Amino acid sequence: MGLLSKKDVALIKDPLADDNPITIQVLGICSALAITAELKASIVMAISVVFVLGIGNVVISLMRNIIPSKIRIIVQLTVVATLVIIVDQVLKAYSYELSKTLGAFVGLIITNCIIMGRFEAFALGNGPWRSFLDGIGNAAGYGIILILVGFFRELLGSGTLLGYKVLGDSVEKTGLYALGYENNGFMLLSPMALIVVGIIIWVQRTRNKALIED
Amino acid sequence: MEHIELFFKSIFIDNMVFATFLGMCSYLAVSKKVSTAVGLGAAVVFVLAITVPLNWLLDQYILQPGALSWLGAEYASYDLSFLSFIMFIATIATMVQLVEIIVEKFSPSLYNSLGIFLPLIAVNCAILGGSLFMQSREIASLGLALNYGISSGIGWFLAILAIAAIREKIRYSNVPPALRGLGITFIITGLMAIGFMSFGGMLTGGDEEEAKEETTVQVEAVETESAKELANNTTINE
Repeated sequence: MGLLSKKDVALIKDPLADDNPITIQVLGICSALAITAELKASIVMAISVVFVLGIGNVVISLMRNIIPSKIRIIVQLTVVATLVIIVDQVLKAYSYELSKTLGAFVGLIITNCIIMGRFEAFALGNGPWRSFLDGIGNAAGYGIILILVGFFRELLGSGTLLGYKVLGDSVEKTGLYALGYENNGFMLLSPMALIVVGIIIWVQRTRNKALIED
Repeated sequence: MEHIELFFKSIFIDNMVFATFLGMCSYLAVSKKVSTAVGLGAAVVFVLAITVPLNWLLDQYILQPGALSWLGAEYASYDLSFLSFIMFIATIATMVQLVEIIVEKFSPSLYNSLGIFLPLIAVNCAILGGSLFMQSREIASLGLALNYGISSGIGWFLAILAIAAIREKIRYSNVPPALRGLGITFIITGLMAIGFMSFGGMLTGGDEEEAKEETTVQVEAVETESAKELANNTTINE
């Protein structure tokens, strides 16, 4: 990779696992839990956040020397809000149904702590290219968890993936359902999102002992 | 009646943390000690009580389709609702700053206890979420908006207080090493959320009992209605 030095690669790779925004840095939990009942919504949310954080990090990084530090929060919020409005309008135009399901949670990307957290911790102190990579990396790390949770909740909760009936038809009793398998409707309710994330954290920390808290 | 219903609904049934996962970041980060949790909870109630009614006014008189008609007939066709994110967040950020200055001036002791939490709150999703849900649930009047702000704030306060108390105690328990800290907090929150789901029938239960005295047909109607309402609630929450 001529374009990316070793450090740059680390910027993208670290947030995917050992420095994951959700499971390690504890940022951006709200949206991660609320919209993951189906895989499609999770994927769209992940893409939206990659877009907002990637571009937002570059913009903040370009402006970092001219923003007075006292009003930087308002400046950051304005940048994010503008980007989120773009996402919201695009969603409304091309996929109205989905924008209805996501509802207020598209707007809540603005206060997604991942975004402010990366602006404060990285973009304010680094150049645009590195900030861009950092933004993409962190948003992708967030997206991976989102998609994982969405995958399990949709598969176990409604027996579908992206709307396709992968486990057979629950009404006509085909596929797995013929063997007496039942959907666990509880997975679709909000508390299970918390528990699924809790289990992901458990698995991750069991595999990497260095992450265990005291 | 409407007010009481909204009050209990936003505290228990649509609890911000357990039903919609709003403000989870600060909920997880600041819940290690009860005293700090109380400080942040109070600040959230305070800021929600101010920003939700304010954003309600903005929504009614500036942002909604046709809201600008008070300026004159030619403005009646304007629809500025796409600006609501930026307007809401600007209001919240400025209000938080303003509240901080006012509290510092008039009540230094309150400032000392809320102080560090106020700036944090501008980026707490619970605050923006309060305004966005106020908009999407079409709260009808300014009084109800104020009520919604305060009661959902109280719901958040209760949640963070409860988890902080549990986390203080759990330090003495033998939790599997990999679950310590964040993992177990998630799972406890999930269990608490399951507990809070039992409040779901709180407001519909009474109606069914009243209807039982009348004909059975009506009971069925009420039941399907309440089931529908429940389904609506869950779709909103999801």
